[in-house]
Amino acid sequence: MDYVVEMLNIRKEFPGIVANDDITIQLKKGEIHALLGENGAGKSTLMNVLFGLYQPEKGEIRVKGKPVNMTDPNVANDHGIGMVHQHFMLVEPFTVTQNIILGTEPTAMGKIDLRKAEKEVQELSNKYGLKVDAKAKIQDISVGMQQRVEILKTLYRGADVLIFDEPTAVLTPQEIIELMQIMKSLIAEGKSIILITHKLKEIMQICDRCTVIRKGKGIGTVNVEGTSVNELASLMVGRDVSFKTKKTPAQPKQTVLKIDNLHVKDSRKVDMVKGLNLELRAGEIVGIAGVDGNGQSELIEAITGLKKAQKGSIELNGKAITNLSPRKVTESGVGHIPQDRHKFGLVLDFPIGENIVLQTYYKKPYSKYKVLNYKEIYDKAEKLIKEYDVRTPSVYTKARALSGGNQQKAIISREVDRSPDLLIAAQPTRGLDVGAIEFIHQKLIEERDKGRAILLVSFELDEILDVSDRIAVVFDGEIVANVKPEETNEQKLGLLMAGSSEEKVGVVDDLE
Amino acid sequence: MTSNKLFNILVPVISVFIGLISGAIIMLAFGYNPIEGYAALWEGAFGDMYFVGETIRQVTPYILTGLAVAFAFRTGLFNIGAEGQVIVGWLAAIWVGITFDLPMYLHLPFAVVIAALAGAVWGFIPGLLKARLGVHEVIVTIMLNYVALYSSNALIRSVLSDNQDKTEKISSSASLASEWLQNLTFFSRMHYGILIALFAAVLMWFIIERTSIGYELKSVGYNKHASKYAGMNVSRNIVLAMVISGAFAGLAGSMEGLGTYGNMSVSSGFTNLGFDGIAVALLGANTAIGVILAAFLFGALKVGALNMPTEAGVPNELVDIIIALIIFFVASSYIIRWVLLRFKKGEK
Repeated sequence: MDYVVEMLNIRKEFPGIVANDDITIQLKKGEIHALLGENGAGKSTLMNVLFGLYQPEKGEIRVKGKPVNMTDPNVANDHGIGMVHQHFMLVEPFTVTQNIILGTEPTAMGKIDLRKAEKEVQELSNKYGLKVDAKAKIQDISVGMQQRVEILKTLYRGADVLIFDEPTAVLTPQEIIELMQIMKSLIAEGKSIILITHKLKEIMQICDRCTVIRKGKGIGTVNVEGTSVNELASLMVGRDVSFKTKKTPAQPKQTVLKIDNLHVKDSRKVDMVKGLNLELRAGEIVGIAGVDGNGQSELIEAITGLKKAQKGSIELNGKAITNLSPRKVTESGVGHIPQDRHKFGLVLDFPIGENIVLQTYYKKPYSKYKVLNYKEIYDKAEKLIKEYDVRTPSVYTKARALSGGNQQKAIISREVDRSPDLLIAAQPTRGLDVGAIEFIHQKLIEERDKGRAILLVSFELDEILDVSDRIAVVFDGEIVANVKPEETNEQKLGLLMAGSSEEKVGVVDDLE
Repeated sequence: MTSNKLFNILVPVISVFIGLISGAIIMLAFGYNPIEGYAALWEGAFGDMYFVGETIRQVTPYILTGLAVAFAFRTGLFNIGAEGQVIVGWLAAIWVGITFDLPMYLHLPFAVVIAALAGAVWGFIPGLLKARLGVHEVIVTIMLNYVALYSSNALIRSVLSDNQDKTEKISSSASLASEWLQNLTFFSRMHYGILIALFAAVLMWFIIERTSIGYELKSVGYNKHASKYAGMNVSRNIVLAMVISGAFAGLAGSMEGLGTYGNMSVSSGFTNLGFDGIAVALLGANTAIGVILAAFLFGALKVGALNMPTEAGVPNELVDIIIALIIFFVASSYIIRWVLLRFKKGEK
């Protein structure tokens, strides 16, 4: 067998836990090999072992059949292994080329030969169809483009094996399709790829083989051809997982949220929401489908009082809440699971218990005459943490120390527990594994059944189609279509999201 | 949790220890006997009741400026302006002490409160500029230090005195000085201010750790976005944090004005109480109890140092070097932390 990289029977221990236990992964030349596992299963640890950041207690690493002692990341680089990080390592004010040559600058008589480097970078980009402008500044290009710069960086340094760490987490559906094409062209040029992910659909679409790890243990490697999403999921989680969220048809009641001709500008004073109308009833989930940057964030911020509306009205239960302060909006019955949980959802340096009362700390019983009652606060936190299965060493642990999924569960417990009439869930499952996603979807539907109105904003069409009772497609700051999930599919939604009118999409449907 | 707390205590203690050892090495290098030097230092700080009284007098404003800086730190702000706030507090206290004629139970509290208010106003300005216009508080507070110094000099000359270099003494009804404490300590300048300082420390602990006000202040300091999302008024909290911080520093000024000196002199330079307060807060890990302990250390070093030239022949400046070294090692506590962690790993 012709393996380019092999990690054999790797075991890595940390004080108190075994992060990797007898994991074997063998990468064939020219294949895309998935590394699948839940959040915290030990994927990152394994890759850090490969890059020499950790020394394994047991096991062997071989590159092209020869054992290699990975002592630091440079050794991995020298053997042609490169990593495309999930969180980009780029200098924003620098150009693409400056970023790529950082650390390995080509010099001519002591001066950086930028022109030569630019030429090389541009050639590389063209060769793999990356469409990157070598002279553009990082701060001016899109997230998808920045990721391609990361790919170029590894290629520039002569990588033959590329490791992608959750590459699609930050991308829009369109960008994901482009990325997959890029990966295919990399393979065609003789590169090999390890794709770290917990998105099963991507594995089915693009990978040749898949190695599964669960709770630090190597479960095995399967050929993607001949397996199914369901099989992969149960291998990863260790039990059967339902993908279709179970739910009964919605029974919408009175109008909870009514948005009329809303106009909102973003922080650069550009119109982002342009005359948006939306109605939301108690007992239904409305999914807002749209490509990132079509006014979704501004819509949510206007409803929750974080941004001023220029024009138009927002009514909650018949009362105007337009341009009220965030506190007033919260008190009038709005819950908000924010898109960016680190920036908005949590004070990471507060204990998880104190994060649970982030909007209610000033009220009884949590404080009286401005004096906090810590017993009440932590009792409440204990209760919610149990109820929502937030895994944390204790309620006194800082929120920062929790995994993303558990942070999200804590936020959801807090927002849902206030039993708001309107619950806004923005990207509630971003970056989470199937187990957590299943739990969160179930919770949203439970709340719907209790008669809450739920506004779900997501870039994941699967999620929109699966959870919503009604889908509102947003394009360029307006709702351009209202469709039923059972009467549409991803292709049709994709076209609507790109700005095609409903009639045209209908025509496409007929042609099919 | 517990190991973290242990670290927070161990790191400053080790820093102080290394600072003292480095000081000893420097004394040796310059041909002085470090044991004699430190003995003189100890003697000068705690040798008899007079020195104890003087040490406590020096500790009093240190506690308050330390609290001022620590309070701001805990709410995500860096108050370098404690120095200026001390000066305006001192001036305000003297003004009340001189101009009003009231019975003591009104006069003294009035003077203390006005001093705190003056400091609060001096903190309000950078707070407002930060909250409204995003001007960095470090820049504004540094400049306000100079504004405070030179305008108080001008006011002393033109308003509070008749072109003299210092104001007259405050009336005894506004004085913190105590004959009883002075007699007890062989006529040191110790005064009742230490009680105010200790009470202020309790107050800071209470506000920060026990009230919803402190919860908001900390939250805004840690994460403005999440605080706004949670419905807190971010601007108001930034201003409030600077106002409270400034009030603590203003109180420190009143300790000097109403307690130690009883008047205020034109000065060509800063009191350094505010700047030393930064070091006190840092060494005290920005907690109330830590600030008290650090203030005692700094007070003892400052007062004890006065005894080193006469008794051991060690120049005063060396003590400043030792204090600087201690601050240096606290500031580089990262290194100490790292070494401690290494030891811990080694154990396992």
